[in-house]
Parts: sequence; structure tokens; C-alpha cells
Amino acid sequence: MSALTQRLPKLGGAILRSVLIGLLAVAIFGPLLNMLIWTVAEAWYFPAKLPIRWGFQFWHRVFRPEAGAMAALWTSIIIALMTVALSLLVSIPAGYALSRRTLPLRGVFLLIFLLPQAFPAIAVHMNIARIFYGLGLNGTLWGVMLVHAIQGLVFSVWIASAAFASVDSEQVEAARNLGATPWRAFVSVSLPQAAPGLMASAIFVFLISLDEFSGTFFVGVPEVRTLPLTMLNAALEGNYQIASITALLLLVPSIAFMLFVEKFLKADVLAKVGT
Amino acid sequence: MAPIISISGLRVAYGNHEVLKGIDLAIAPGSFVALLGASGCGKTTLLRTLAGFTPASGGSIRVEGRDALTLPPERRGMAMVFQSYALWSHMTVAQNIGYGLKLRGMPRDKIGQRVAAQLAMLGLTGYEQRSVAELSGGQRQRVALGRALAVEPKILLLDEPLSNLDARIRVQMRHEIRSIQKKLGLTAILVTHDREEAMVMADLVVVLDQGRIAQMGTPEAVFQRPASPFVAAFMGAENIIDCEAKRNGAGIDLRIPAIPASQLHCPMSSSEDVASASVAADADGPVQVHFRSEAAFLREAGASVAATLQFPGRISQVSYLGSGYRCEVNTDCGAFFVDHPTRFAPDDGVTVCIPGNALHVFRRDLSRQAAPAKAFQ
Repeated sequence: MSALTQRLPKLGGAILRSVLIGLLAVAIFGPLLNMLIWTVAEAWYFPAKLPIRWGFQFWHRVFRPEAGAMAALWTSIIIALMTVALSLLVSIPAGYALSRRTLPLRGVFLLIFLLPQAFPAIAVHMNIARIFYGLGLNGTLWGVMLVHAIQGLVFSVWIASAAFASVDSEQVEAARNLGATPWRAFVSVSLPQAAPGLMASAIFVFLISLDEFSGTFFVGVPEVRTLPLTMLNAALEGNYQIASITALLLLVPSIAFMLFVEKFLKADVLAKVGT
Repeated sequence: MAPIISISGLRVAYGNHEVLKGIDLAIAPGSFVALLGASGCGKTTLLRTLAGFTPASGGSIRVEGRDALTLPPERRGMAMVFQSYALWSHMTVAQNIGYGLKLRGMPRDKIGQRVAAQLAMLGLTGYEQRSVAELSGGQRQRVALGRALAVEPKILLLDEPLSNLDARIRVQMRHEIRSIQKKLGLTAILVTHDREEAMVMADLVVVLDQGRIAQMGTPEAVFQRPASPFVAAFMGAENIIDCEAKRNGAGIDLRIPAIPASQLHCPMSSSEDVASASVAADADGPVQVHFRSEAAFLREAGASVAATLQFPGRISQVSYLGSGYRCEVNTDCGAFFVDHPTRFAPDDGVTVCIPGNALHVFRRDLSRQAAPAKAFQ
């Protein structure tokens, strides 16, 4: 009897755990699987559980030069790389300055970068588009890059500030002690020590830019067309095949960039991010 | 010889909290100075102020006659070994040691030779390309030392360099650092809280207490002739008896009020004479007498030994030290720890004997909490 009462909760726990893990898997992989099936479905009508006709017909359509999907992919990648470069250019000095505990109004500065995220994106982007129109930035890669950078900066500056704060101050002092000027100590000690955190922030910014939609829509269209815009057009037209294939395409640069940066990211240094 | 470093009236404050309250110290070239004190006494602050990491709020530091306080850390010409070692994990052992040389614009092949020579001296030949993360604590300590020595500094600053090492390696490194310092003729300043480390390594021991120098002198002088009750207790004389003292010719008569039969006449000669008690100049009337556990000894109850301060007691606790037994003895004038080569059983009656030359006599600090006298009979 006692053995049974002990085993029962154990058994119940195991079942509960399996169910929860299963639900989680469905939540994460369900939409992905559905998307993968759509990419190779030529005809799929309600109430069929699976596509009626399978094939790669829509892939040919997407990769036709006149479809513009490949051009949009390159535009997306170029804008994402430019956004990463710009955000690192800002977040390295800003993050370093904000990592000093002695900086007055440190909290205020950190909040300022959060501000654009606090308002509805569409309202912010509409007004940015108005301003950029006056500056002649509408419809240019630079304009789209700037809109993306505004959204990426909150992450890159916060992560960079955490990365610089976690650099052991004695390591910097050791460099000064052996004859390094403040600039030299920054370049040879602070920067390489903070590099893993900066790389992590670069990944975030790259992914944000690659996925960005509303800013591109207000500032870039119609001259600048990125892959998410192509994808949304297709989805709005009810063409799930095209939308799914472009979504899959969008995964390629994300994964490539992550693999590239992962070389710099060891698990032990990743653990330091945010400390 | 003119001092290489002269510090005068140095004050350092963090906000309203003054950490160093006027330090005067002259350091001779080629000497090894230990800054000794409990945590919070200001010893690390003094070292960091010398290195240029902590600004002074008053006073001056002159290095070879030049004002150093206005110089940034990179121009002070002092190499420091940090307590955390502060090695750069993104560089190899060779890059760590060669960093200072690279900054000085030395050609690459000469840096390689100098690094190899450093590693050979520290017994780390062949470790050039290792990552510092792969090294043991003792090896990291050597790399940190090698990095500081590679730039051939005149002044070496050591911030508790041995405190993170195993006891065995620590004892070995004391002698290694000392012999390297002598061989290279460096001036070294060591921060430590370990009195044995300070005495083994240094020519000059500077005891700091609450931002002031409590005493400085040779290891022998500080150990044998502590200038204050604080220094006596910090240097190990932690047993305290309240006595009445009376100047008597060239000596002093000590009497324990709690035990009328217990008294001793201590002859006093020159203050450097190790054979006589160390008696503070103002000690007269109520005094406190310090002694070390290892300087006293025990005899069976009722025994009498000449030239000792003796009184009866009862063993309350015994612990084994390896070299002997440390006995806690309750007496009418307080509880004391006394070392003895053989074992006593708890509750044994004994006579505590303290040789006159092992006594450190100071005027009684009336604010001190007197040890409660435990009745033993």
C-alpha cells in the first residue's frame, strides 16, 4: 500500500512532465512544422489534414529573378550588417561610459535608449518617416538602417554596458601599471574582455534588423524592399507557400550569422553577459 | 643612503571616511618593506595610492626626489602584483609577460628572449603558449610576478600576492620572492595581514592600525619590543594580565592584585636587550602585561621557578598543535593560553610561569574590557 502511494505521485509526475514537454514542443515546433509543410505544398485545401499535392513548384516562382525575393534577401542582409556596424559604433563608447558607476544620471541615460520601445512602434515610425522625408532619407538604405538601429540600440547599449561593467577593474589597472595609457588599456584589455558581450549584442541587433517590418514599411517602401515585406505581401494575398518559403530564406542569414559569431562565444564567457 | 620613496603626511579619504590619516615613511633603495595590519587598516589603500590608482587628499609622495602624486599610474615606474593576479585571460602566458615590453616598443625577438628568461627564472619554461586559464594558482602567481618583473622595475608592489595559495606553496614562494628581490636589487613593498609572512620576507615591518603607522622597525624589534598594546596583540602576545607596577631602581616591580603572592622584579636595561622585559616608558601604577602562549610554560601545582611571574591555575581545555599542546588555563587573574610540550588533562592543577624577559608591560588602557577572572578553585 505504502509503496503504491509513493509510486503514484511519481508516476503522475512523469506523465505531467511528458505532457508539458509535449505541449512545449508543439508550441515551438508546431508552427515551424506547419511552415515547412507549406513550403512543399502545391495544393492544400480545408478540410484536408495534409496537402493534396506536394512539390517544389512555388520554389521556382520565388527564385525567378522577376519575383525579387533574392534581391530582397540581399537588401535585408546589407541593411542588417550596416545596422550591426552602426549600433556597435554607438554602443561601444556609450556602453563603456555607462558601465562606470560614477557617471552622473547613469540610470537616465539607460532609460533614454529604452524610450523608443515604450511607445507604439507604428506611431514612432510614422513620425520618423516624416522627419526622414524632410532630410531626404526616405527610400534610402541609410534611412532604413537608421530606423533599425534605433530599435537595436536599446539592446546593444544595455548589453555592452553590462559587458564592460563585468571587466575586472584590476585587469585594466594592471595594464595601466605596466605603462599603458588609458586608451591603450581600453583597446588591449577592456575591449577584448568585453568582446563576447558585444558579439551577443551584435547577434540581437542583426536578428532585430532582419525581422524588422514596420520601420521599413514607413521609411523604405517602395524603393527599399526587404524580405519581411515580401513575406507579408505574400501572406496578405493568401499565398502561404510564398510566405513560408521567404520565411525559410530569412532563416539562412540568421543561422549563418549566429554560426559566425558563435566562434567568439564560448559558453563560459556567455555566462558573464549581464553580470 | 637617500630614500627611493619618501612619503610624508599622506592622507587618503573616500568621501567623508578618512582611510589614511597622515603616513610618514621613508623607504631605502633595495629594501623589502612589509605593510602589516588587519583588514581595513589602510595597507592596501597605501599601496594603491603609491601605484596611482587611488588619489591622495593630502601630503606627498616623492620617488627618487620627484613628486609622484601628479603622475598617472603608467608613469610611476612601479610594477604591481595584484592579489587577484589580474592576468589577462585573452592572452597567452607569453603575451601577458611581454605586454609591458611591447608597450615600451621592444622588438618582437627581444621580447621573446626576455619572456623566455623570465619563465626560466620562475620555473615555467615551455609554458609560453599556454592560456592563463589552464594554469594552477601557484603558476598564475608566478606569471603575475614575471609580468611585473619583465619591465625591470625599480620598485615592486605586492598586494597580498600569496594569500590565494596553498599553505605549502605559500611558504615556498615567500623565500622565492625574497631571493629574486635580493638578486635583482629591487625595492619591494609587500601588503600582508600575515605577521609571519611579513617577518620572513621584510627588512622593515610597518604595522598599520586605523590609517596610522602603529610601529615600524626590523622584524625583531617589532616582535620583541612592540610599542603599543595593539602591536603586541597583533604580533601574537594576546594573553593579558592586569598588574600593578612600581618603578624600582633600574627595574620595575610587578604585582598581580588578584593574586597577592604573585610578584616579580624585572630588571630593565637598554631597550634593545632581548634578555629583559619590554617595558613602556610610561608604565607605572596600573599596567597591562602581555605575553605569548609559546613564551610561557607550565609546571605542576605548587612548583616555583626563579625569575618568572607565576601563579596557580587549572587546565580547562587542551588542543594539539603538532609541536606541543595549547592549554587553556583558568586562573584568578583571567584565562590564558599556554603552550606546553607534553599533554595535561583537563582539570589538572598547574603553575603558570612566564619568564620576565617574555613580558611586554604597558600602561593600562582603562577602556579595555578586562578579561573576566574565572574562579578555578
